[in-house]
Amino acid sequence: MSQKQIGDVILDVNNISLRFGGVNALTDISFNVKEHEIRAIIGPNGAGKSSMLNCINGVYTPQEGSITFRGQTFSHMNSRQVAEMGVARTFQNLALFKGMSVIDNIMTGRNLKIKSNIFLQALRIGPAEKEETRHREYVEHIIDFLEIQAFRKTPVGQLPYGLQKRVDLGRALAMEPQVLLLDEPMAGMNVEEKQDMCRFVLDVNDEFGSTIVLIEHDMGVVMDISDRVVVLDYGKKIGDGTPEEVRSNEDVISAYLGTSH
Amino acid sequence: MLTTFPRLLLKHATERASAPAMREKEYGIWQTHSWADMAALVEQIACGLHQAGLQRHEHIIIVGANRPRLYATMLAAQSLGAIPVPLYQDAVAAECVFPITNADVRFALVEDQEQVDKMLEVREKCPQLSHIFFDDPRGLRKYVENGLAALDELIAAGKVFATQHPEFFRGEVDKVQPDDVAAMFFTSGTTGNPKGVVHTHATLIDRGQAGAEFDKLSPNEEVLAYLPPAWIGQNIFSYAQWLVCGYVVNCPESAATVTIDLKEIGPTYYFAPPRVFEGLLTSVMIRMEDAGALKRRMFHFFMDLAKRVGPTRMDGKSIGAGNSILYALGNLMVYGPLRNNLGMSRVRVAYTAGEAIGPDLFSFYRSIGINLKQLYGSTETAVFVCLQPDNEARADTVGVPCRGVEIKVADDGEILVKSPGLLKEYYKNPAATAEVLTADGWYHTSDAGFLDAHGHLKIIDRVKDVGRIKGGSNDGAMFAPKYVENKLKFFPQIKEVVAYGDQREKVCVMINIDFDAVGNWAERQNLPYAGYTDLAQKPEVYQLIKECVEKVNADLSIDELLAGSQVSRFLVLHKELDADDGELTRTNKVRRGFIADKYQPLVDALYGGKTEQFIETVVKFEDGRSGSVSATLKISDAKTFAPVKAAA
Repeated sequence: MSQKQIGDVILDVNNISLRFGGVNALTDISFNVKEHEIRAIIGPNGAGKSSMLNCINGVYTPQEGSITFRGQTFSHMNSRQVAEMGVARTFQNLALFKGMSVIDNIMTGRNLKIKSNIFLQALRIGPAEKEETRHREYVEHIIDFLEIQAFRKTPVGQLPYGLQKRVDLGRALAMEPQVLLLDEPMAGMNVEEKQDMCRFVLDVNDEFGSTIVLIEHDMGVVMDISDRVVVLDYGKKIGDGTPEEVRSNEDVISAYLGTSH
Repeated sequence: MLTTFPRLLLKHATERASAPAMREKEYGIWQTHSWADMAALVEQIACGLHQAGLQRHEHIIIVGANRPRLYATMLAAQSLGAIPVPLYQDAVAAECVFPITNADVRFALVEDQEQVDKMLEVREKCPQLSHIFFDDPRGLRKYVENGLAALDELIAAGKVFATQHPEFFRGEVDKVQPDDVAAMFFTSGTTGNPKGVVHTHATLIDRGQAGAEFDKLSPNEEVLAYLPPAWIGQNIFSYAQWLVCGYVVNCPESAATVTIDLKEIGPTYYFAPPRVFEGLLTSVMIRMEDAGALKRRMFHFFMDLAKRVGPTRMDGKSIGAGNSILYALGNLMVYGPLRNNLGMSRVRVAYTAGEAIGPDLFSFYRSIGINLKQLYGSTETAVFVCLQPDNEARADTVGVPCRGVEIKVADDGEILVKSPGLLKEYYKNPAATAEVLTADGWYHTSDAGFLDAHGHLKIIDRVKDVGRIKGGSNDGAMFAPKYVENKLKFFPQIKEVVAYGDQREKVCVMINIDFDAVGNWAERQNLPYAGYTDLAQKPEVYQLIKECVEKVNADLSIDELLAGSQVSRFLVLHKELDADDGELTRTNKVRRGFIADKYQPLVDALYGGKTEQFIETVVKFEDGRSGSVSATLKISDAKTFAPVKAAA
């Protein structure tokens, strides 16, 4: 098998610190993400993984530090800007529109790309119709890719959890993201669903060429699919490197297994 | 008229170039391939295969679901005089080894990554497998393996070759003769290695035509191809008859979308094994139980009417004016919408075969106006031996011999067939060929049966399975295990049955419950259960199954021949019998002998009079790993009835 081409640094996180009142959620975190790689952020509960993702995503504004994305440096930005720059994410506790069909949910991911105004869209006339057809075609490719053809018109709320996670991923993919942030994509899944999801994450990385940053609890999954891993504990970075390096890191072992005193 | 499949394709491509040949649902839309498109595609693939080195009379295996490009490859191989060998797409790697070694296969066309992985695994044992082409490149980008290439590349190369050598393809097609081998099908075989059944263009085309004449099939038929192409039935319906009649074959999006696709296409010519019809009926019935009171009453009222008069109506007989009006009303309010919901609004001819179909199930479909019929045939006979005429469909017969077929019943009850569609031979297996195909041209079906008073064929069981009860009060009575099993399986609560009784004092059975039906029943009874194994062992479920067994016993006691086959004891198995565990064949027939060996302690317990027995079994998961399940199974007695002698 050939080695995939990992490119230059696409996302650089510099000395980020985030505080909520007196609580230091993140302290002086720096790491980078290279193009086309799968980068995992791991750590015990409350280590600051989701906070880290929320900083990259523009949901939280860190008190200190900056984020460089494709050469542009930002100290704060809002989530819309981030989305427009090509960063998409999925959510730990699914934020889908439960009453809407799978297609409609994934179509919402195309929202930023739709150019015609709301009135044309509502009436589906003129350029709006053509545009919708084009976006629908892209969405159909995603549906085909994620193998959810049988549920196109099913309201998302009726689907089992594992499939909802796939729809969530589909909606993020619909944005044609350069960087895809996955917040615990395998949480709450059974073994089979996890295997499927792993395959999808690898395939997304492969077929869509997306760079992937993922948070995950399941160590087996992380070690199998990631190129490099960042380890957080109590808001501090305690390890960074390939899965093998991280696995043999003393600090990481003690954070996960406890230390013998 | 003698012809070959590639010639038929070219005929359609000239005469009806722009007419649709195949459709495939992709990206949510039915994409149409015209006959001209098909012919061009076949030419390109053929040229590509020729360049890759595929020789005349060489075998190429084709593994995957129903996809236009897979069918095009079969045609391309045949155009070159090579022999396509479709294999079951859900077979595990080990099962593919025998066919590949047996036919010394170098070429494979597979559908996707799953199949490529399988082929690469097989290649460790079969190094001659040098060329593997795949249809869907998804997930395969990083594979660098010798001889592994995308079908797209093959087509691109073929296209170049075809423009340089425009006469090549026609020339190759003209060289292929009707008596050349067209395809080989491996029969799953209940014992030993599978056997390659060799068919020529002439045999397959002749049977395709015979079936088409019988039901007056036209180029306007719509067919949904959803069963494995490796099974000869699907191959006849979506390949042989497709080319003979020139109708449209529709390929569903994926296995999971078949019911949706069925509704969208509304096929006019439909085939399904009984278990598919049963599954559809079960899902309708379950949904009706949840419907509102008014709808439910309307449904039951009209279904009672349909049950009373529907079958008579389908036989083309009068049902009286009053009933006709009521039936028309029912058609408007219940039957029509129901047919539509089943995706069978436009069905003109529907067939079922492969297994016996329950009388209730059979008449349900006929009573709501679906022309469901049965046929009799096998891989060796290229399917069509007997077919039921439109007005003479019965649940317990399989119809009258169709054109060109002669039937004879041997002294031991075995059915012998003479037909232009008989197999040429079993591949590299003259001993097996000689066993079934005698010098005088009769094919031995190994089915036991007889022709009834109306000339319809009735099948009882496999000849070798028909046994005798030994000892006890029924000493010497005939025991037909399949007959007993089928009678039990006609109950929706029972999915699978294995019956034992040959050379024994009494008949005992092992039963698989139908998880959907019994699970639903349990929910309505407020009976909590943790899963399949738990549900199977509930005393209430045993009571339910016991009632079924006793009804069958009552039924059997009237039958003069088979009264001795009544079931004395039964148990409910803790796991579903599965083809992956070798308990069923790939066509879902129970492998009685294998199961007896595997569950030896259970069989002993059944005959030893124990009331429960512990069993541990190994199960294989779909990804090839294995685990084990264990349970303590209860064993229950069932009431038998004294044989009722027919009044003299």
